[in-house]
Parts: sequence; structure tokens; C-alpha cells
Amino acid sequence: MGARLLHGVQAGPMTLADHRRVHGMLPALKPSMLTAEIERSGLSGRGGGAFPLARKLAAVKRARGRPTVIVNGCEGDPLSSKDGLLLSRLPHLVIDGALCLASAVGAREIVVAVDEVEVRAGETIHRALEQRPELRDGRTTARVVWTPTGYVGGQETAIVRWCEAGVAKPRFGSPRVTERGIDRRPTLVSNAETAAQVALIARHGGGWFRQAGTDADPGTALVTLSGAVAAPGVYEIEHGLALNVLLADAGGCTEPPRAFLLGGYGGAWIDSADADAVKLSPRELAPLRARLGPGIVYVLADSACPVAEIVRVAGWLADQSSGQCGPCVNGLAAIANELERVRAGSAGRRALAEILRWCELAAGRGACAHPDGSASFVTSAVRVFVDELSDHARHGPCDACRDATVLPIDERAGAIA
Amino acid sequence: MTQRIEVDPIACDAHGMCAELLPELIELDDWGYPVIAAVDIPPRLGTLARRAVSVCPTLALRLRTAAAVTPGGGAAQPARSVG
Repeated sequence: MGARLLHGVQAGPMTLADHRRVHGMLPALKPSMLTAEIERSGLSGRGGGAFPLARKLAAVKRARGRPTVIVNGCEGDPLSSKDGLLLSRLPHLVIDGALCLASAVGAREIVVAVDEVEVRAGETIHRALEQRPELRDGRTTARVVWTPTGYVGGQETAIVRWCEAGVAKPRFGSPRVTERGIDRRPTLVSNAETAAQVALIARHGGGWFRQAGTDADPGTALVTLSGAVAAPGVYEIEHGLALNVLLADAGGCTEPPRAFLLGGYGGAWIDSADADAVKLSPRELAPLRARLGPGIVYVLADSACPVAEIVRVAGWLADQSSGQCGPCVNGLAAIANELERVRAGSAGRRALAEILRWCELAAGRGACAHPDGSASFVTSAVRVFVDELSDHARHGPCDACRDATVLPIDERAGAIA
Repeated sequence: MTQRIEVDPIACDAHGMCAELLPELIELDDWGYPVIAAVDIPPRLGTLARRAVSVCPTLALRLRTAAAVTPGGGAAQPARSVG
């Protein structure tokens, strides 16, 4: 299968003329037809939640009031760059999708949310919006909203609260944003890649979409591949692709791998010994207690100290808590502190059991899923790196601990004040 | 109609009165925040459950009728990467 989303991608932003040459004009479909094709496609959200888009559309349409569409281009995970790539290089594909989604639910307002540090992406999408004839008659309006950098700030209720009240923190419980979001209107929040996929479904149909991927997880997905791999970057894969095939496509690993992180900092570690069994799709990864999340694969080299890496990321995850929910604030801090004591060799004998217990305590008890994702990251790390963790607990820092850590954390993305 | 107790984790301030009133269904975690049993409230505890909800100083507790699930992404939607 050739590239779909990334077909014709260039080094710079694709112009509207090039976009039309590569993908053809956006057909004017009736809202009911668009909805039917999206339903037939089986497309699920590509922002990390993998929630069926058709169900979100139905919830928005069921709610009272004229809906708003938010395209979420905020990429909170430092290991992800696929949404930034879409906004800065394929802006018209994302806009096509936003227009389709607005038409499908009857929205006249489109908001594209972009992380404030992603200046180039935001400006590119802003200029692209100005070029669109569909947005000139004033019937449908579109604007870029800059959101403060932060891991949790890209969560959908946090974006709604930012647009409404200038607070980029998640809110809790009902009503859902699909029922009451921006200005109390039903709000459809769609990840930028999800929108881009809709742009192609509108052109080629839901049946075409299903020709790639698996029955349970149809279609392609963008994956940001990084770490100890020859050609890191954003790849478009068919759901269900074997991890080994992706790695081979990327020129193979540059060093013997120790483990793979799937799904980013809210995802899970997989031992390199288990790599052969890994297929990249939400449904295939679930039995391995892993997820694709927003499409992240990181290769950790055997030469790195996994304990030092985990400690640093766990500390970052604790800092990223928006500070609203006790179990998240206290749980993630306790986990990070205890992991550091393990690394230093100063923790008690039951430290790892205590860390796992705290993970279980934190998961599912926040307003958003930040504690759940963090617990998954740490729990899977304890599972995969138990030997290294136990060694550190007994003997203190290893030689590799003194080297610089390799997993990126975004220093700019501090806790949301 | 079966009901469960639900806590708004943003509103909760770890006063702990709920766990004192209703230890059968609510215990406190290491930091004093309530951990609520994921079970329907047995009829014999109904009155106590309603009292636990009403005494919460920050009004963080509520009774939720089971099966009131709306599609469209629940509270358990991953925060991007977190989202």
C-alpha cells in the first residue's frame, strides 16, 4: 500500500494548488452521506484515545444547540511530531477534514488548537485557512487558538476550558464536551490526524479506508519513530503492521535494543525479547497491556541505563500534573521520588512493590487519564526492567547512569499554572 | 434503580468525612483521598450513602445512577498522548 496521508508530502507546506493536484477537489457531500461514510470507515481517534469517531459525531448531533468543531493539533508528548507535521506540511488536508466534520455535524465554527511554541505550524495553518474559498462567505468561520504548552493541556476538556475561560486544565465528568463544550455548545474535538483521515474518506469512501489495516482497526496511522533507529521520523503504517517490519523500513536499529516504548509517556514498555509478537494497532496491542496512543514508537538502546531514563520521565510526568486531583498530585510525586531512591540505592526492600501499589492507586482516580497513562508507563517499566531496578536498589547507580539520558522531555512544558 | 457513589477528584479536598461515615464502601488512600468501592450501593447502606454525600464540605461526592453512560469520550479519555 502506498502512502495516503503522506502522499506527495514535501519539505515545506503543500500549497492549495498542489494539494488539489495530489488529492483532487474536496467533493461536496451531503452531511448524511459524510456521516455514513465515516461510520462505514470505522475510523477511530488518532490522538491517543482511539474512540470511534462515528460515536462522537452521533453524540454531538444528538445534543442541543449548534455545535463547534475543534481540531486538536496540540502534541503534548515530546515523543510525538506527527500532528506538527500535518499542520506545517499538509495544512489543507487537515482543513478539508475540519470542513467535512463541520458539515457533518452542522457546525459553523472551526477552531484549530495549536501549541503556542509550535509557531511555524500555527502560522502555516492560519495562512492556509485564509486561502480557503469555503471560509470566505462568512457562513463558516475558522480560527487558530494558541494553547499553553503542557502535556495535560492538550486533553480535550482542557482545550475547551482554555478557549472558554483561559484555564488549560481538564474538567471532570458530565456533561461531556460533546454535549456542552465551547460557549456551552456541543463540541466535537478531533485530533489533527483524525481530521486529515476524514478528508480522504470524504474523497474515496469508507470502504476504501477499510482496504488498509485490520478489520478491528481499519486504515492507516501516523507513527513517530525515534530512538536508536537509523531513520527516525514520521511513518504512515497500516494498522496491524509488525513492529519488526517498521524497524526494518527505518533502516533497522543502530544499536542492539533493550526495549521499546509504545504509545509514548502514557504508554507502555515492551521487552525487546518480545518484539516479534508486536503488531501495531490498538486492538493487537491491548493483550500486551500496551497501546499505540498517538502513534509513538521509541527504541531504547541496550547501552542506556533504563533506570535513569525512567526516573527522569517519571519526574517529568509528576511535574505535568495540572495539580487539580489529589491522587494524581500525590501519587505521581510519590512514585517519582521512590524511583529516584531506587536508582540511588537508598530505597527500602519493598520499594518496587510500593511503587506498583501507588500506580494502582493513582490510575483511574483523576479528572483526566494522566495518572492512568503515567501508571502504565511506570508499571510496564517495573515489569520490563525489574533486573536493572533491583540491581540499582541493591548497589546504587550504575556506570551508564552517569551518561546523559536519551529520552527527550520538553523542558518548556512545565506544570500548568 | 442501582446507584454508585462518585467523587469529583478536582473538588475533593481530602477531608475524609465520607470514609468515616461509610467505611463499608469508602476507604482513604495514603494521602487521605477517598477510594470508592466499584459496587452498587447495597440497599441497607442507602441512607448512609446519601448522608456521606451531603456532609462533604466541598460537595465532591454524588450518587450516580448506573448505566448512565454517554458516548463521546468519558472521564477516562486519555489526556492527549496524554494525549
